[in-house]
Amino acid sequence: MKSFKGITLILVVLAVSLPFSGMARNLDLPDTVILDKLVNLYQGAEFDHEMHTEIAEDCTLCHHHSVGIPATDEKCARCHNTESVLERVACGDCHAVEPFSAQYLSEKEAETGLYHVDKPGLKAAYHLNCLNCHVEMGGPEGCEDCHERTELGDAFYRSGSYAPKGGGRGSAH
Amino acid sequence: MEKITRRKFLSVSLAGAAVGALSASGQALGAGNFMGYPEGMGVLVDLTRCIGCRTCEAACNREQHLPEPALPFDDMSVFDEIHHGGQKRRTDENAFTVVNRYDQAQGKPVYRKIQCNHCNEPACLTSCFVNAYTKTREGAVIYNSKVCVGCRNCMVACPFRIPAYAYSSALNPVIRKCIFCYDTRLKYGKPPACVEACPQGVMTFGHKQNILKIGRERIRTNPGRYIDHIYGETEVGGTAWMYLSGVPFEDVNFDVSLQKEPILANAQAFLSQVPMVLAIWPALFLGFHRLSTKGNEDVDENIKSSNREESQS
Repeated sequence: MKSFKGITLILVVLAVSLPFSGMARNLDLPDTVILDKLVNLYQGAEFDHEMHTEIAEDCTLCHHHSVGIPATDEKCARCHNTESVLERVACGDCHAVEPFSAQYLSEKEAETGLYHVDKPGLKAAYHLNCLNCHVEMGGPEGCEDCHERTELGDAFYRSGSYAPKGGGRGSAH
Repeated sequence: MEKITRRKFLSVSLAGAAVGALSASGQALGAGNFMGYPEGMGVLVDLTRCIGCRTCEAACNREQHLPEPALPFDDMSVFDEIHHGGQKRRTDENAFTVVNRYDQAQGKPVYRKIQCNHCNEPACLTSCFVNAYTKTREGAVIYNSKVCVGCRNCMVACPFRIPAYAYSSALNPVIRKCIFCYDTRLKYGKPPACVEACPQGVMTFGHKQNILKIGRERIRTNPGRYIDHIYGETEVGGTAWMYLSGVPFEDVNFDVSLQKEPILANAQAFLSQVPMVLAIWPALFLGFHRLSTKGNEDVDENIKSSNREESQS
């Protein structure tokens, strides 16, 4: 958690201090980002930022309209069409860690932003963006290819040392 | 007994018929028009996002304190299971939600999560003669297993074949099904455990009217990605759980032949006549009987009295 916050801070400082961030490839970007805000059933994921910027080329695939490149998606570009850099550029800065709390749900339902009402939470945002791209680009697709499962996870999935010993349910028709 | 005049008979039976007709038409108006409580919650399931990881099944198992599964929840061999009658997995007494894989003629397989759809006008509820079922204001269809007598009418009535029977219980077999996590979560404004556990954001939880708008917006803004239909918006009178799909719904084994009217509507026209028949027919036919036998009674009386006179003399 600490390291993630540190990196977020670096990112924020970078984003603010570099006015010409449209030239994103010349920036001093983080090499690795540890994504560990959601550690529970799985460990955090070590995200090779440098490698992904090289493969993706287009920063907006992940950062949408926050890093100074006008949004390419037609519906986003209706509002986010300037080269302004947001102060907050990490996934978790916009995508909620707890998107199902009563408070967040009511805030979301009151949201008048045309498309933000359908904004996924952080867990969904990670998986939808990362995994969908991995499937498209032929990247790794297994859960543990990105993050190792924890003891809690094994218990949750009834796997590993928590695997059924047999004699479980027998009535499945 | 007071003598029934023709005038009295007609006025009473006409009034009865009017009351019966009024109440029947009142009920008929109500059928099929109930689109759920305004504060009712719902879930929009986007099949294009599901990767078949079965995390929702594991979350359900834990939340509902269900018994240990036969296989771990990360064992994907369950997608190849073929059960009775060549069908894929179904919900049962120990699994209130299951995910199935549907291979497509073209493209990648599509995964579909199955659980109770929590109808606006549930057929299970209307079929239950001990009134075990309740449709809560929050949108959940829950049941009281203490009053369930195990008749299994609801299993027959459900158009989605969801309620399961605890066949394994010798002493207290009851109906078991998904309750929208009502007791532990929905009641407190939280989404069911499966929704929160899903890594892919397959399920969007919110007021039914709002998630319908989100669904329509996804279809509108992603041309080509979705079939232009939200399954559950109108099926059997509308359901709290609704679905978006990228392939025709019949290709993921949805029943696309379901009517738009609630299942209740099929029986209501007939059933609403039953009280009227019970209330009016006895009076009506008693009236006919009295009228048609009135003359005979007089004759009978005459014969009796003449007989008495004869015996006295």
